[in-house]
Amino acid sequence: MRSQLAKLGIAEGARGLAAGEFSSEELTEANLVAMEAARGLNAYVTETPDIAMERAHASDVRRAVGERLGPLDGIPIAVKDLFCTEGVLTTAGSYILDGFTPPYESTISDNLRAAGAVMLGKTNMDEFAMGSANITSHYGSVKNPWKLADGKDRVPGGSSGGSAVAVAAHMATGAIGSDTGGSIRQPASFCGIVGMKPTYGRCSRWGMVAFASSLDQAGPMTRSVEDAAIMLGAMAGHDPKDSTSADRPVPEFTAALSHNLQGLRVGIPAEYRIDGMEQEIDDLWERGANWLQEAGAETVRISLPLTKYALPTYYIVAPAEASSNLARYDGVRYGLRVEGEDLTGMYEATRGEGFGAEVRRRIMIGTYVLSTGYYDAYYVKAQKVRTLILQEFQAVFEDVDVLLTPTAPYPAFPIGEKMDDPIQMYINDIFTVPASLAGLPAISVPGGFSEEGLPLGLQLIAKPWDEDTLFRAAHVLESAAGFKSMPAIEGN
Amino acid sequence: MALDKDAVTNIARLARIRIDEAEMGALADELSNILGWIKELEEVDTSEAEPMTSVTEMDWRRRSDEVDDGEYPDRVLANAPEPSGKFYTVPKVVE
Repeated sequence: MRSQLAKLGIAEGARGLAAGEFSSEELTEANLVAMEAARGLNAYVTETPDIAMERAHASDVRRAVGERLGPLDGIPIAVKDLFCTEGVLTTAGSYILDGFTPPYESTISDNLRAAGAVMLGKTNMDEFAMGSANITSHYGSVKNPWKLADGKDRVPGGSSGGSAVAVAAHMATGAIGSDTGGSIRQPASFCGIVGMKPTYGRCSRWGMVAFASSLDQAGPMTRSVEDAAIMLGAMAGHDPKDSTSADRPVPEFTAALSHNLQGLRVGIPAEYRIDGMEQEIDDLWERGANWLQEAGAETVRISLPLTKYALPTYYIVAPAEASSNLARYDGVRYGLRVEGEDLTGMYEATRGEGFGAEVRRRIMIGTYVLSTGYYDAYYVKAQKVRTLILQEFQAVFEDVDVLLTPTAPYPAFPIGEKMDDPIQMYINDIFTVPASLAGLPAISVPGGFSEEGLPLGLQLIAKPWDEDTLFRAAHVLESAAGFKSMPAIEGN
Repeated sequence: MALDKDAVTNIARLARIRIDEAEMGALADELSNILGWIKELEEVDTSEAEPMTSVTEMDWRRRSDEVDDGEYPDRVLANAPEPSGKFYTVPKVVE
């Protein structure tokens, strides 16, 4: 019985706790045991069992006297190592934040803590959230728990790869992820879980290590759509400490879940295809459209011609913002310091040694596109295309309520592949980046398997602030797909 | 847009990142490839478009100009590599 507790999701855990079937300490303990057994997957950078048991105990004490902070009270979750956690090492997967222990808590992790959630630990990620395979972390690659007969270790996707694996391999009931260009949705697709990026501004960015501030959004990674709705409800909300956080009410997201899509118009954008894409992705997409129709929705073929320009736009805007955001790592105030011959020498030595290859590459691209003589040709041009991409979505949303696309162009690939050329890796996010550029809410739901037997996700994209429609349609996809399979967990 | 080693050296200097001489050639190729690829955007007619400033319509936020935090130098300096008293330290810049 005890070992089965780690299999429970957020809603199931909350029901069991409410019914007195088990305590938060038992539920938390089961997740900690699973975490230890699956250490070989490298999902966590820092495990916090003492904090977890202390908070679980506090939750049980509350419950014993009839208090309950909400549906997450006593539920053990994992936190991406991008979110500052008071007194707990926070690295963003980078050597340059070596030893950094924040004296404050990010708003998102604080909101979950205030809702009674129990932190199990900090999850591994691509360095500064720059990556789509979780191979750029200073703390090593994360392994996808899904294995095929070839025995190869596959990537979990990224950048929230550790969070995705923690959830997929039952080492957490849910996890916080962050998404700049697909960092929640693409690993969710690769690992067979639900990953949701809310509308830009829905979640506070305060205390979240910044990558590209106009794109970064926190979101839930869970094993069900209902769990995602519960978790987002606790994460979202206005925060005066983040001037881009939206001052608008947070709906009761779980109330949106239904099996009836009568009257819903679903757009199928023709351009979400790439050369060489396997038939299995198209087949899955087609099945997804049928499932929505069976629930009463109407599907409409639509066109978003600028889709192919989203990725190059992103690879100007995001590195530009990154080069500015990451200027703060200078060896003076926190993290790594490498001595140099003078002040500039210290900056250069610290940043040269502290940043990994992909981060250096992106800072340099960002520096270049913002430099005199190139600013208009690259950066301003990209910001204009971004406006057009947003307008294209707005026009389509005059006619439809939600869009259905594949989440990624292929399933998880073996560690070591697609690494020869950075652009090859960037293609991973080709279907997730457009919604990011337009600030739209989007979700990836497990839709089925590749021929080889690896999970594949379907993506839904909705209008700004319309997460309700996203959850409603996602719930239908989830029920129809009947994706109940879990990877065989290896304790390697 | 092909970048040569000198151009990469200049970008690295602007970005304050030390790059080993041995890595320069490969890095120049990688950055050139990426810049060549993102140049695809030239195909898009943007003559009527304004550059994006915000994806969502937002009012400019204002707050009262008051100090509402601070007075804990120990916490601020807790992660500093080599603090001295209530100060950060840097290598000597004035002789």
